[in-house]
Amino acid sequence: MTIKPLLDANAELTSGGAPGEPIVMSSRIRLARNLDGRAFPGWAKKAQRREILSACEKAVAQLPQMQNGTVLRLDDLSELERQVLVERHLISRELSQGEPSAGVIISRDQACSIMINEEDHLRIQVLRTGHGFDDIWKVIEAIDNRLETLLDFAFTAQLGYLTACPTNLGTGMRASVMLHLPGLVMANHMEKVIRAVNQMGMVVRGLFGEGSDATGSIFQISNQQTLGESEQEIIARLEHEAIGSIIEQEKNARALLLESKPEKIRDKIGRAYGILQNGHLLSSAEAMSHLSLLRLGIDCGFIAESWRGPIDRLLIEMQPGHIQLAAHESIESDMRDTARARLLREETRRIPPLDFET
Amino acid sequence: MGESLVCDICGKLATVHLTQIINNQIQKVDLCEECAQQKGVTDPEGFSLADFMAKNIEATAGPDAVAGSSLVCPSCGCTPRDFKRTGRLGCPECYEAFDSLIKPMLKNMHRGDHHTGKVPHELLHRVGLRKAINRLQDQLAHAVEQEKYEDAARYRDELDQLKSQSQPEPPAR
Ligand SMILES: [Zn+2]
Ligand SMILES: [Zn+2]
Repeated sequence: MTIKPLLDANAELTSGGAPGEPIVMSSRIRLARNLDGRAFPGWAKKAQRREILSACEKAVAQLPQMQNGTVLRLDDLSELERQVLVERHLISRELSQGEPSAGVIISRDQACSIMINEEDHLRIQVLRTGHGFDDIWKVIEAIDNRLETLLDFAFTAQLGYLTACPTNLGTGMRASVMLHLPGLVMANHMEKVIRAVNQMGMVVRGLFGEGSDATGSIFQISNQQTLGESEQEIIARLEHEAIGSIIEQEKNARALLLESKPEKIRDKIGRAYGILQNGHLLSSAEAMSHLSLLRLGIDCGFIAESWRGPIDRLLIEMQPGHIQLAAHESIESDMRDTARARLLREETRRIPPLDFET
Repeated sequence: MGESLVCDICGKLATVHLTQIINNQIQKVDLCEECAQQKGVTDPEGFSLADFMAKNIEATAGPDAVAGSSLVCPSCGCTPRDFKRTGRLGCPECYEAFDSLIKPMLKNMHRGDHHTGKVPHELLHRVGLRKAINRLQDQLAHAVEQEKYEDAARYRDELDQLKSQSQPEPPAR
């Protein structure tokens, strides 16, 4: 199994990084870069894609940040292995979907991954648990600066970095945070928040079913526009106009719910705890929703802070690809639900009874 | 809400309902579990509703922008029709070839129509130097051909100077 060592290693998201924070689960920046004079991956012929892959791999191999990293060619990976990499946010869904000569290089701590022949020739991403773009920007800028000396990027003074899709033009930068927003979901305020955020030129992505909470109230907020502002301006606006205000609103929504309907919140969290410890059939949507409530339980002080790391890890490891990989085979959906419930029983069994007195 | 919904892709019963805002409009998509899995809606980064919607260049660049266009990118052969179909350009030079189409789109899409962010100075210097060297080499060859040896000597000196500043060819080319 090619990716086995990767999964066993300490990774930023699952164990290596600092523990996450309430509300802000992780932050990420990605840069899109392309080689001048070469067709973009979607338009390039097979032979051209191959050349681009090896040219980019060679350059990336020289980055000090990527020493002892893992070099993977998607052609060599099974469908299941690709899915697991997507679930761990190491590659995008697009890269996983099987165009030939696509590759990824993942840094040793798995905080940085560089995709080759995705929509653009290079997609550089740095991801960290918790909140904060400053460190991430420093790391990604250093990588970009070094690559710039090794590769001829397509760049013009007028349009900046040229990308396959004009929506990424200019800085080629997408900065995003994963936010855990159960308060706003329960208070039915997400649609309002999404509207407001969109007015600022930011995007909110995430699932929210009608009434049900199928995604664990996890949303990704990112900049939509990439041209006409500097990287620092984009980050500052995302930070101060969108993220800051959403965090504030989430805190208010939680405070209000805890004050007006304390039993309802405790009941939800208590039930989630009971089901995770005792359930025998859990779909990924249901597991996601219960784990999300346990995360909220930590923020409310019902569960010790030390459980945040394990719960965030379970949010990743209970996804279908991870469950199947752990089972060493591709298993049917209902078998997965059984295996998932078993994993969650074992992992959550050690969480002490909820402390509702705090 | 409440109506029985079918999957927008395959028509089976939809169990996943997704809402995103694209260009200030709330767009809803209903998917069955299979298609949701396939489209990666559980992975927020990987999914964009924009992929579901026809790429609409006409709206910004005028109704004839695509149909009446005879534009072709000289470098990669991509046409505005290809761009509309895929939402992606063929190569970096397409931006120059389709300038008249893309410019009007940028104003709606972004906060401005020119780059104010990071500039790759080392890269621009390196590429500029390489172009200058190529130009001088052409001039030198031309001068030799015309037997203008004084000019040729001057070009050679300039060339030597530029080459001393330049690094070996980058590995990517
Ligand atoms: Zn379907
Ligand atoms: Zn082109």
